[in-house]
Amino acid sequence: MGFLDRSHSIAGPGFSRWMVPPAALCIHLCIGQAYAFSVFNLPMSKLIGISQSGPDDWKLTDLGWIFSIAIFVLGFSAAIFGRWVEEGGPRRAMFTAALCWGIGFLISAYGVYIHNLWVVYFGYGLVGGCGLGIGYISPVSTLIKWFPDRPGMATGMAIMGFGGGAFIASPLSVWLMSKFSTPTHVGVLETFVVLGVVYFAFMMVGAFIVRIPAPGWKPEGYVAPTQASKLITTSDVYVYDALKTPQFWCIWIVLCINVTAGIGVLGQASAMSQEMFPGRITAVAAAGFVGLASLFNMLGRFVWASASDYIGRKNTYFCFMVLGFIMYCSIPYMGNTGNIVGFVLCFLLIYTMYGGGFSTVPAYLRDMFGTRYVGAIHGLLITAWSMAGIFGPVLVNYIRQYNIDHGVPKAQAYNVTMYIMGGLFIIGFIANALVRAVDARYHMKPESNDGAAAAMRAGAAAKPAGA
Amino acid sequence: MADSNQQTGTTALQLAAAWLFVGIPLTWGVIQTLINAMKLFQ
Repeated sequence: MGFLDRSHSIAGPGFSRWMVPPAALCIHLCIGQAYAFSVFNLPMSKLIGISQSGPDDWKLTDLGWIFSIAIFVLGFSAAIFGRWVEEGGPRRAMFTAALCWGIGFLISAYGVYIHNLWVVYFGYGLVGGCGLGIGYISPVSTLIKWFPDRPGMATGMAIMGFGGGAFIASPLSVWLMSKFSTPTHVGVLETFVVLGVVYFAFMMVGAFIVRIPAPGWKPEGYVAPTQASKLITTSDVYVYDALKTPQFWCIWIVLCINVTAGIGVLGQASAMSQEMFPGRITAVAAAGFVGLASLFNMLGRFVWASASDYIGRKNTYFCFMVLGFIMYCSIPYMGNTGNIVGFVLCFLLIYTMYGGGFSTVPAYLRDMFGTRYVGAIHGLLITAWSMAGIFGPVLVNYIRQYNIDHGVPKAQAYNVTMYIMGGLFIIGFIANALVRAVDARYHMKPESNDGAAAAMRAGAAAKPAGA
Repeated sequence: MADSNQQTGTTALQLAAAWLFVGIPLTWGVIQTLINAMKLFQ
């Protein structure tokens, strides 16, 4: 499979770097389906009963674990395979992601066929989750190398695709199920098979067109800085040395807090809006609110990451922390005064920052740790997402339930959570303020860089100076 | 499969095809979501 080798994906003269964002989008638009998996929950709870859940049908609570396992595996597979992705090049990683993602769907289809939920957990959760993790980080460092002048915009474009993938997957899955369903069959199995095949093919297009820049390539007119600025290094840090730096953990905390705040309310947006404005926001309107929130989540990924190229990564996260604090502390007031417009605007801004937090972080890591292992370091950082996936919903759901159990009206049951979220942003602000340039003792030595590059070209692992 | 790094130069047609390949489904998904989001204002 020489086609997949790093050496076979080096761009020839005249290759346009603008071919690389579509390649990255081919991957992210497909794996972004994960956000839309909930459209299968209800049909999968009626595989036997068809019109309603039968006694042997899967329960919604058990089906919820499919998504949770996939997101958990995403974080940890990105961390575990990050270095492999970085050293093997984007094409091998994209091919592997396509294989895992496609086969994950096919295994899940088999699980539906034999009606064994464990097989679905294994297929979509574990195998598909590895596809998610590898696919998520696969184009990051390539984009940063092609766009040294605008790394935020480049990675923002790709990660925007992850948000946008759900927009395609949700109506597509519903349409496919409607085509395959019969009075005795809900059509989930066939939909999984079609999605697995289509996603594999779509992702392979990305793997085919992706290229890495030739050594020494730079954009026309671009002059690379020869000296590191205050917060943008010109050196590289080895992936596992990054873990030893306080900068990595400060950024980990900042990302974890930003995601915790966003993911908790994103999952509860529909119920929260209806409970805070009873009788004024209907279920239909709440569904519209969720759709609008998803759009702002996606737009935020591109807009904030692009803006970070001009205002700096640290300042961008300062914006998230300060605005997030103001927005979360304002929401209880909006609820108490019945200000629906203010409530919606607050949340839409929060969703842009939630998305922006994901898309700006690769460029932040590049500024701190250099380009050599940025994809692998990004993989390690994504564990913050996995942890936030637990913290966020727990904060929102359990505190709400606690309040309701203690006699707090539903309309005010979220107030404490909002203030806690606001408080978390203060911690995030401090963590972000503590980010300084990485100490020179963690930098890879120039001779090691050359050796690493040679080793990488030979397909072997690089030996870092500081490891 | 041909050695892919033998390719020299990207044509405008290739560039347009690549962007349309990802742009068309994304635009379709965004329109579907916008139609859904309009329910908030009804």
